[in-house]
Amino acid sequence: MTDQMHSPSTWTPKPDRPPPVALTGALGWMRENLFSSWLNAFLTVASIYLLYSVIPPLVDWAFLSAVWEGASRDDCLEASGACWPIIAVRWKQLIYGFYPEVEYWRPILAFGLLIIALYFGLYDKAPGRKYGLWYVCIFPFVAYILLYGGVGGLEYVESARWGGLLLTLALGVTGIAFSIPFGIVLALGRRSELPVISMLCTIFIEFIRGVPLITLLFFGNVMLPLFLPEGMNIDNYLRVAVVVCFFASAYMAEVIRGGLQAIPTGQYEAAAALGLGYWRMMAFIILPQALRVSIPGIVNTSIGLYKDTTLVSLVALFDLFGMGRAINADAKWAALEIEIYTFIAMIFFISCFAMSRYSLWLEQRLARGEQR
Amino acid sequence: MALTALLAASGHGSGFWNNRQIRGILAQALVMGLLGVLLFFVVTNTIHNLEARNIATGFWFLSQPAGFEIQLTLIPYSAESTHGRVFVVGLLNTLFISVIGCVLATILGFFLGVLRLSGNWLLSNIIYWYVEFTRNVPLLLQIIFWYTIFLKLPHIRDSMEFGGTIYLNNRGVFAPAPILDEAFDFVLLALALAIAAVWILRRWSRKRQEATGQTFPVGLVGLAILVLLPVVVFYAAGSPMEWQHPARTRFSLRGGLQISPEFMAMLLALTLYTAAFISEIVRAGILSVHKGQREAAAALGLRPSWTMKLIVVPQAMRVIIPPLASQYMNLTKNSSLGFAIGFGELMAVFGGISLNQTGQAIECMAIVMVTYLIISLAISLFMNWYNAHVKLIER
Repeated sequence: MTDQMHSPSTWTPKPDRPPPVALTGALGWMRENLFSSWLNAFLTVASIYLLYSVIPPLVDWAFLSAVWEGASRDDCLEASGACWPIIAVRWKQLIYGFYPEVEYWRPILAFGLLIIALYFGLYDKAPGRKYGLWYVCIFPFVAYILLYGGVGGLEYVESARWGGLLLTLALGVTGIAFSIPFGIVLALGRRSELPVISMLCTIFIEFIRGVPLITLLFFGNVMLPLFLPEGMNIDNYLRVAVVVCFFASAYMAEVIRGGLQAIPTGQYEAAAALGLGYWRMMAFIILPQALRVSIPGIVNTSIGLYKDTTLVSLVALFDLFGMGRAINADAKWAALEIEIYTFIAMIFFISCFAMSRYSLWLEQRLARGEQR
Repeated sequence: MALTALLAASGHGSGFWNNRQIRGILAQALVMGLLGVLLFFVVTNTIHNLEARNIATGFWFLSQPAGFEIQLTLIPYSAESTHGRVFVVGLLNTLFISVIGCVLATILGFFLGVLRLSGNWLLSNIIYWYVEFTRNVPLLLQIIFWYTIFLKLPHIRDSMEFGGTIYLNNRGVFAPAPILDEAFDFVLLALALAIAAVWILRRWSRKRQEATGQTFPVGLVGLAILVLLPVVVFYAAGSPMEWQHPARTRFSLRGGLQISPEFMAMLLALTLYTAAFISEIVRAGILSVHKGQREAAAALGLRPSWTMKLIVVPQAMRVIIPPLASQYMNLTKNSSLGFAIGFGELMAVFGGISLNQTGQAIECMAIVMVTYLIISLAISLFMNWYNAHVKLIER
């Protein structure tokens, strides 16, 4: 009897019966995600109706009934859809503004350098990143020399001829590149224990954050000339760039201050115990950690700044959006605002969406580090 | 404070130059000195420049007649009114569109945020793409896009008609206008009374709940009071309100309430844009309430609706309120983009037209900036107060 008990069992379980058809596969998925309750089913039907009433007309307008080739507005008159030839005719202005056509290689090269800078700046596993970061730091200066010219045989192209996406990127990159170091200074200043410095930084940050960007741009446009000595004229682009830089710095400072506040006191104490003074404590212990925490916030602020560069079109600069509005004024291609705005919106959407996905990816990776 | 002590303890060297306190004072004196020099430079330049351009400073221009019309005015205004009055009209318009925008964006944002979490795959994807698309396209572009659409609507003669009461055309929206009788004041009084009654009811029910544990359906009863009392008074006072419908004339529409395309474009763009941000805030707030909280509530035997009301929402609100406040602030500041399409808000009428007409750039911009600063400050003060009010009191 004991033998029988201990002998290896010959009983083998039957394979599991398959779950009911309605719970697996596409059907099960639909039951769970689309029709789990009456309310859910209603929402699904409503959503389908919404899609039905929006998507087909949109596709029809943008693709099916759209005109893709043509030499003038007349080629689009019969079609009920979009008139895309305007983009083909005008895309050079939308991208480069009034930049001389023979010099187009310079913005293109600058854009290529920007891509490399982004690769080293944003991807922390890039090979040779140690040197790459130095490259990121000198990139803005290189790009400006390249775009302005006037040295080394390059033709001088004054900023009044910059425009379109070129100007948008120039302002956005300048603002972001300036605002990170200056934002760090402001954030440290605001948290400083020297009352005068902390007060000044707080006033600066809160003032800039409390007023709309457009008032600051107006301030730069109408008031700065009054503040400077007579005869000293700085061009429109520079005025706007200065305002955008200060504006971005105030927002960046608050993001970085948030990062600084997330550093536990123990880190300060440990650094002090090692005999580090204020600057070395900040540079080697506190800031590296604080900046790492605030990278997602920095990226989000950068997206906001990049979108806000459209406001410069209100102070007579022809950025991507301002260029689009100027093109609308062309009588030969009248009443095609929607096409142009759609095109510009897509450019902004693609770049901002990419940045926000990057920020999300980074956030998740940082969170993974914390969870370990 | 702690940092000073820490660093003082770690200071090396003992000379005058190594004394932290003296160094701090010197640094601050240096900064103040530099600032003073900069200020002196700016002020002397400005005075010189103003003299050279023959611009008189001062606020005398505020009492000068403005000489231009404004489309939307909440207080009596005409072209003979002063620039000071222009400022008030602009400020009221800014506040008007901001308040309506905040209310609508909050409603839409909460709605979208909750629906996004509804578990319906299709709907949450639609909302996801709506949010991403709206957030990642500049607001100025959206405002001008909607404005263009409104201007492309049919001419007033061929207005689009909705139910014979609302008309849509390239001059905006024409809707029935309420014509109020004098007796309508009673209805407003009743509404005020109802609000007071609900407030008292809420306090009483909370006190009773804390004392005895018994709950009272404040929401339902309160809603009944809020609706029924004014409605009853409305009919008791003999329906002191009539709707004046816009009427078609031969070429146009007459009467009713006309809402300009500028206002509609601003409101639509501001609401849709801000609602996208608010929906993300709401979603994050609801997700921030730990699963254990719901499970604990269920273990205590709370109904799902009570779990939502008593456990999830109060905790989520703590996470939602601070970023919500900054969205309200953003919306108010963004209303200044009305400048781009000529909607008569503060920046457009006072910082734009008045500035151009009087040439008083410094004064106009200073007034506009200080006004926006005060509005921002007021919102953040209110929100700080509210935040302290709902803050977790640890016992």
